Amino acid sequence: MASHDAAHAEHQGHDTNYVKIWLILVGLLVVSVTGPMLGIRVVTLVAAFGIAFVKAYLVVKNFMHLDIEKPVIHWALGLALLIMVVMYAGIAPDVQKSTGQRWVKSQGFHYLPAHKQEAAGEKDAGEHH
Amino acid sequence: MKTIATTRSAMNIPTGRLAVWWVLVSEVVIFGGVLVSYLMHRLGHPEWAEEASHTNTWAGAFNTLVLLTSSLSAVLAHKAAGQGNGKRAAMLLRLTCVGGLIFLIVKSFEWTHEIREGLTLQTGGFWEYYYLAAGLHGFHVICGMLIMLWVANSADKNQDLHRVENIGIYWHFVDLVWIFLFPLLYIAK
Repeated sequence: MASHDAAHAEHQGHDTNYVKIWLILVGLLVVSVTGPMLGIRVVTLVAAFGIAFVKAYLVVKNFMHLDIEKPVIHWALGLALLIMVVMYAGIAPDVQKSTGQRWVKSQGFHYLPAHKQEAAGEKDAGEHH
Repeated sequence: MKTIATTRSAMNIPTGRLAVWWVLVSEVVIFGGVLVSYLMHRLGHPEWAEEASHTNTWAGAFNTLVLLTSSLSAVLAHKAAGQGNGKRAAMLLRLTCVGGLIFLIVKSFEWTHEIREGLTLQTGGFWEYYYLAAGLHGFHVICGMLIMLWVANSADKNQDLHRVENIGIYWHFVDLVWIFLFPLLYIAK
């Protein structure tokens, strides 16, 4: 019981200025919306996704208090994220490639531009001869 | 009588809070699976940028602001609970629910407009992911609001104040998911 209370108490001792963190998050949101208006692809990607990671870090650290959470929680979350990386590495080559050995993506969900379809068709026909 | 989750710790973590983190680990895989899958399809389909141009960036940005603000009230509720102020914690949790409600109202207007424009689940791959990811997220917002109202009810009576932190952690995660959905679905055009 004592350790239970102590475990709760360590999460109550924060003196974080939550309003300040919120203001920073709102500022980052403004940048992430206005940045892409410049129409520069690199700026758009950095403003959108780079800032998303910074915002996520601020929320996780200051609002969820993950920084003072026990290591087992870090490991569990890390393992879940690792599974995502493995999933991407395993499936992405099939999904992101337009053609492979004796297969070509059709129109619709697995869209392939016309010139690539023709090239893939010729390649396939050549292999059959 | 108190439940075990209020009186017992495992690995020096109160079991109630440990359970919330355990739920979130599984949620990372659920949402992560959808987002990673979307990401790889998006990279393989540059033409989806044209589809994404139909989403309303301002509505998405406003909803991000609403969720960030609701996260602030959730963490302030946790702080109030830590100080033993159940009444204030309950008030802040209900305020957080109002944020969730505003989010859902904006989303419903967005969806209504898009469906009327003919942008439905059958329109194409981008819209399938759009409705799946935003719908799954919206479902989590509704669940969070219902649990939060229940927790606020007991916090109002100064009971089980540790639950304020637990539902807060869940709510911040819901906010976190939206932080990534926003650029993926609304900004990258």
